[in-house]
This record gives sequence, C-alpha cells and structure tokens, in this order.
Amino acid sequence: MKQDTDMNRRRFLGQAAAAAGLTVAPGVMLYEVQARPADQAATSKQRWGMLIDTSKCSTGCTDCVTACKTEHGWGSTETKSNAEQQAQWIRKVKLTDKQTGHVQSLPLMCQHCETPPCVDVCPTGASMKRADGIVLVDKHICIGCRYCMMACPYKARSFIHEPLMNQKPHAPRGMGTVESCTLCVHRVDNDGIPACVESCNAKGHKAMYFGDLHDPNSEISKRLKEFGGEQIRADLGLNTGVRYQGL
Amino acid sequence: MKAIRYQEIQGNSFGYFALLGILGLIVAAGGLAAFYMEHNGHWVTGMTNQVVWGMPHVFAIFLIVAASGALNVASISSVFGKKQYKPLAPLSAFLSICLLLGGLTILVLDLGQPDRLIVAMTIYNFKSIFAWNMILYNGFIAIVAVYIWFMLEKRMNKYSKYAGFAAFFWRLILTTGTGSIFGFLVARQAYDAAIMAPMFIIMSFAYGLAIFILVMMAAYNWSGRELGDATVRRMKNLLGVFVGAVLYFTLVYHLTNLYATEHHGVEAFMLRDGGIYTTLFWWGWVVIGGVLPLALLYGPTGDNRSAIGLASVLVILGGLATIYVIVIGGQAYPLEMFPGKIVESSFFDGGVKAYSPTLAETLLGIGGFALALIMVALVVKVLRVLPESMSDAIADPHYKAEK
Repeated sequence: MKQDTDMNRRRFLGQAAAAAGLTVAPGVMLYEVQARPADQAATSKQRWGMLIDTSKCSTGCTDCVTACKTEHGWGSTETKSNAEQQAQWIRKVKLTDKQTGHVQSLPLMCQHCETPPCVDVCPTGASMKRADGIVLVDKHICIGCRYCMMACPYKARSFIHEPLMNQKPHAPRGMGTVESCTLCVHRVDNDGIPACVESCNAKGHKAMYFGDLHDPNSEISKRLKEFGGEQIRADLGLNTGVRYQGL
Repeated sequence: MKAIRYQEIQGNSFGYFALLGILGLIVAAGGLAAFYMEHNGHWVTGMTNQVVWGMPHVFAIFLIVAASGALNVASISSVFGKKQYKPLAPLSAFLSICLLLGGLTILVLDLGQPDRLIVAMTIYNFKSIFAWNMILYNGFIAIVAVYIWFMLEKRMNKYSKYAGFAAFFWRLILTTGTGSIFGFLVARQAYDAAIMAPMFIIMSFAYGLAIFILVMMAAYNWSGRELGDATVRRMKNLLGVFVGAVLYFTLVYHLTNLYATEHHGVEAFMLRDGGIYTTLFWWGWVVIGGVLPLALLYGPTGDNRSAIGLASVLVILGGLATIYVIVIGGQAYPLEMFPGKIVESSFFDGGVKAYSPTLAETLLGIGGFALALIMVALVVKVLRVLPESMSDAIADPHYKAEK
C-alpha cells in the first residue's frame, strides 16, 4: 500500500515537472498566464486601483454598497450593535457645495493609499499593504486597538462590536478586530474585479473602473491620462489607489 | 539634615483595611466590567465606529501621563541634586510604576482581543508609536525598578544617581511617545500638532505631582507620621509652576490653531460650539485644572494643607477633563475630507459624533486608578519606602531650630 502511494506520488511529481517544463520552455507562455498561482506572492508589477466618475454616480443609487454587502456579508449580520457601531465597508456620500449648492454623490471606501497611515500606526503589523497596493487587515494578529481607525483620514475602517456567525469563507470577520474594503482581493487574485465595480457596470451606470495603474494600456490608466483623477485629501500626499473624476 | 530612617507602615488599623477593602471593591468592579465588555463585545459600551476610543482610554492615558510625572520627586533629587527631595524618592518611583501598571491594565483590557497581548509583545511594527510605547513602557518599569533597588540597597546607593538620570531621560521619551500618539495623527483636525508631545510632558509633571502630593499627605496623615511644612510648601510651589505651564501650552496650542483659517472650524468647536467639550475645556481644563489650583496655591490659602490638598484634587479632575477633551473631543469633530462642502452619509460623515460612556467602561477606567492606588498602599506596608518622619528638622536642609 505504502509502495503504491510512493509510486503514485513519483508519477505525479514527474508529470507535474514535465508539464511545468513544457509551460516554461516556450517562455512567452508565462506572460499569457493571468491568474497568479496561490503559492506566489503578489508583486509590485501591478498596482490595483479604482476610478470613480462622480458625474455618472447618482445620489439615490446604492448598487455598489448592496453588492459589497452581499459579497462580504456585512450590513445585516450585526444585530446588537447600534447604527454607529455597525460596520460599513463602503458608503455613499452626498456632497453639497456650501456656496453654489451643487450636489454630488460618490462611493467612499478604503482608498488603498500607497503610504497608508493605518499601516504606519499598527503596532503588530496586522494592518498591511500588499505589494500590489491592496491594503488589508490580518485578522489573526489584529489586537483590536483601533489605532488604525484613529489614523485613517477617510473613516474607512470598522471595528466589530459583537460576535459574528455564518461568515463567508473568503471574507473572514470577527469580534474585536478591525476590517475594511479588501478591494475584493479574493476576486482580484482570480482575475476578477471588485463586486462594487461589477455591479455598477452591470446595472449600466458605468461610474466605476477597476484596473492596474502600472499598466499604461489598462482602461483605468488611459482614462486617468486623458481625463485626470483627483484624490480625496490630496494634501496628505498619500497617493491613493482610488481616484475620483469631477470632485 | 539628619539621617533618614525608612520604615514600613504598620498597616493593621481598621482604617488601613477599610482603605484596602474599598479600593479592592473598585478594582473588582473594574475587573467585572472588563469581563462583561470582553464577553459581549464592545456593543455594550458607548464606543462606536465614530468615536473609537472612549472612557477607558481617557483614564488609561491620564494614568500613563501621570505615571511619568510621579517620578518628578525622585528625578529632582537624583538629576538636579536637591537633597530635600531625596527621602521621598523611593515612594515617588514606586508610585510611578503603580500608576503606569494601572493605566496599562485598562488599555489592555479594552483591546478588542486582549488575549492577543502576546502578539503585541512579540511582533513589532517599528514605525508604529504604539509599538515604541510598548518598549518605552516596559523599559520604564525595568529602569525604575533598578533605580529603586539602587536607592534602597546601601551597597548600590552610589549608582542611584546614574539610574536616576536614565529614568529621567526615559520618562521624557516615554511621555513624548504618549503625546505623539495624537501629535502624529495627520487625519484629524484636533491632532497633528508637534506641541502635543511637550504639552503632554508638562501635563505629566502637573498630574503626577498632584497625585504624589495627595498620596504623600495621606500616607503621613493616616499613619500618624510627621510631615513638615517645608516639604509640602516646596512641592506646592512646584505644582503651581507646572499648572501654570500647562495653561501656557494650552494657550500656545490654541493661538497657533486660531491663526490658521484651516483650523477655525475645530477651534470654534472646542472653544465655543462644542457643547460638553466646550464646557469641559473652559470649566475643566482651564478653570478647575488651572485657574482655581493656582489661586489656592499662591493665594492667601497657600500655606494651608487642606487648600494644597484641594488644589491637587482639582488638578487631577481638571487633568481628566483635559484628556477627555483631547481624546473624545478630537474624535467627535468630523474629519474634513471635503472642504467647503456639506457632507452627508449613512456612516455619519460630516456631523459631530455623539459619545455617551456606559457604566462598564467608566468602571474599567476607575478600576485601573484604584488598582494603582491599592498597589501603592501595599508597597508602603511591605517595603521600607516611607521615611519614618518627614519633619522639618529631618527633611529640610535649611532647617534652624527655633530658639
């Protein structure tokens, strides 16, 4: 029995090596592979970002928020917390100009800064930025001190005030830890796009774009080059991954 | 100045056990409150995703700041060579450790995951001021412990000056670290100011000395030992200087902000329109914590022990109000993400945030304070840290017997 297993393993390893050789040998094959294998770390070749066209974002619409709630399971899971204690990964903000009365609407979430203040202040390194620019919280080492929430200029983070049940496998959450927008890292790692952007596009609003800011040929880069894109609190110099048009 | 004899307090009176009993009950209530909060989650507190640090942090930061200041008396004797402060240096050093432990206990018990303290102790992000503080706080306890050993062990007395120097510089860095928790926060309008660090240092001098004066007066009064006027007067003069300095730093902090249009919003909130925060600023921070103690200390009542005690109590109450205004008021004022715009959202953007502390979180804070004091009460009973007498004949180097 033992011998069989060993033989099986050998055969498998041999086939795997051959397959790998065939894949790597032509060289060009590597560039065609899109999804990054699970055992490879994210690299700084990409910088994932988002562009929001506020002129297309309507005041009453909350499709992106609903999509995020469905995707990550927040919004209805906290039953004991009051409204001010409940988590919000993304929210719609209505802006009214004090002088002109001009009204704008936009979604606000973690801005995935290049130099995130939340990462600077986190004592344990639970608050971290991946090489591809996605800012995340490692809930295994988050001690729940909330210093990152004090430091975030966008109020993008939420602390969980009560025990949670029935979480989504791709979005682990827990009482006593801090969480925020993950830029749908589980989708991005599988060649997908964030749920909010998908929903905004699917419903025909086309106010949100997602892509690689380092790739000059990506749609987001082209749009940013042509139309520009502003950062919220650009004065802080955080070089956010989320940009807004018409702010 | 005669030789100082250190002696444990007897600590077998009804009063002493009553003190331990009362403090013990408060500590137990604080412990239960912490268990209740941890068991249920923070939804049972007044803290929210809008005001993330609450009453526990007010008490914790107050105690940590005061801890550094409680070392004043020891520092003045070791670093500045003032002999009259030397007899009380060990008490001062013990008090500072106890206050720090009390404050840290609150901070740890308020964490979302206090069981992961070991993570915080083993994994450091060295860009985080919290991570520095973990090293600064633990280092402070270690250095002051060595300092106490050098002071109390005759063979090591000759080194106590060096340990005193180390402790002095360490406590300045420590309070710089505590002030920088706020000073380095660029996101919020009320923080992001370099003056926070020195202001916290001068606040620590005042709060720590006020607590020290009360502990000293209580220890001598209740144990029936003699405490001379020379010691008390010198300390009350020093307290007055520190309280005045806190007011000066407060003035500079607000004047700097008032000059810049960018900060007019947050200044109007703190000084005029902020409701509870405005009240606490003017009545707590300025009047109770500053003007009244100064009047008591330097006015006609200046030599009256009760007035000095009352002034110390007022400095502590004013200090708690000060930290409340800084910690809670600073969070209540909305983040300014969109200048010139009225901001509305489901996440309470744009509005002033409400916070009303619950009993549990307040008990946790008070419990930490009581924990610090009960440790001091035990220390003076089991260790020889309190001079048998602090009468002027013994403690005052300039004492001349009356003819």
